[in-house]
Amino acid sequence: MNAALHLVATLALCTVVAGPLAGARWVWRAPRTGILLWQMLGLTWVMSVVGLLLALGLAPYDAPIPVALGRWVADAVRGDVTPLAVLVVLGLLSALDLLIGLLWTWWSVLRVRRRHRDVLALVARRDDAAPGALVLDHPHVVAYCVPSARSVVVLSSGALTALTKDQLDAVLGHEHAHGRERHDLVLLPFSALCAVLPKVRLVRSVAQAVALLVEMRADESASLRHGAVPLAAALRRFSAVRPPEGALGAVALGAADIAVEARLDRLAGLPPLPPVLRWSVLVAGLVLVSTPASFLVF
Amino acid sequence: MVNRLGELERAAMDVLWDRGEPVAVREVVRALSDRDLAYTTVMTVLNRLVKKGFVRREAGEGRAWYYAPVASREEYVARLMLDALSLTGDRETALAHFAQSMSAPEAEALSQALDER
Repeated sequence: MNAALHLVATLALCTVVAGPLAGARWVWRAPRTGILLWQMLGLTWVMSVVGLLLALGLAPYDAPIPVALGRWVADAVRGDVTPLAVLVVLGLLSALDLLIGLLWTWWSVLRVRRRHRDVLALVARRDDAAPGALVLDHPHVVAYCVPSARSVVVLSSGALTALTKDQLDAVLGHEHAHGRERHDLVLLPFSALCAVLPKVRLVRSVAQAVALLVEMRADESASLRHGAVPLAAALRRFSAVRPPEGALGAVALGAADIAVEARLDRLAGLPPLPPVLRWSVLVAGLVLVSTPASFLVF
Repeated sequence: MVNRLGELERAAMDVLWDRGEPVAVREVVRALSDRDLAYTTVMTVLNRLVKKGFVRREAGEGRAWYYAPVASREEYVARLMLDALSLTGDRETALAHFAQSMSAPEAEALSQALDER
């Protein structure tokens, strides 16, 4: 029962912390730390859910989870099944569900990306104005990265005309940071969680918070090399071309607009988090993640 | 990133887009005559494009096959833009974008235009 209590506690802690953390500004001051913290929280949450179901279902064995699970399987093979087996099966199924969700999300993303690259190969061109990037002839102001082992950065011709040289360098720096640091892999498990639990609003807002931190990390990397001022100017240029949506009546600020505001805020001079605090956050995350891990492994 | 076959596919596609009507392999060979390509090479390239779904193959006069693009260059660019702006369902993590610049009504119109095809 000891394991179950610990797992309930970590599960509750993760759930209670997630909401406020998703809206917290202080993580913006250390995007990479924030991303790591979310990864640890997510892992803790998943392991706690699975671990809790197993711990409750295997309680009669009064043994560590891996040992008890072995005995449970042996018993089940012999046909010796108690009603608590429902919980064990539920635990195993939820682990399987999450794994399948992750693989499915990954596969569908890879498929979209492969197609995207195939089309790019036919219609994009190189341009001396944007070395190292592919250019698409389209008036909209767009820049993005197609991530993979060999990531590709793509710009619209609209972006080429709308941005100054400095701004363009900053935008390319931002996109190259996405590709270099494989931010798509950071986002993947959170998207998978959204796919597995589509109705849970908290999961969605966590995924959005991580997506924002990933953008901020790319901003951080780009502004270190190219300066915060041109990057902020480019960001404003990107969102300014968006025509007012008044025609459809009062439309609430979309998630993308809020994210742009937040990134501009950050670039305008949020000071980096002191190292002591960054390390404290990471240690706290490690302690948290090690709790369910210890029950599932030992 | 552009290997030889990829580059030939692109050149062949440009020929098909420029013609605007189904063309036979030998016409593509002629249009790309400065590259001095073998007939079979061009046929291979065109069939790869068919397999990838970019080109349609239809029976023409005699025994020759005629080739035509499935969609215009502009439509392909528009599709890439939709991908980039993550406007289509499960594509949210496919690409990481700098910022969105298309308004919702515009995107809607673009999306519809592509659906109607």
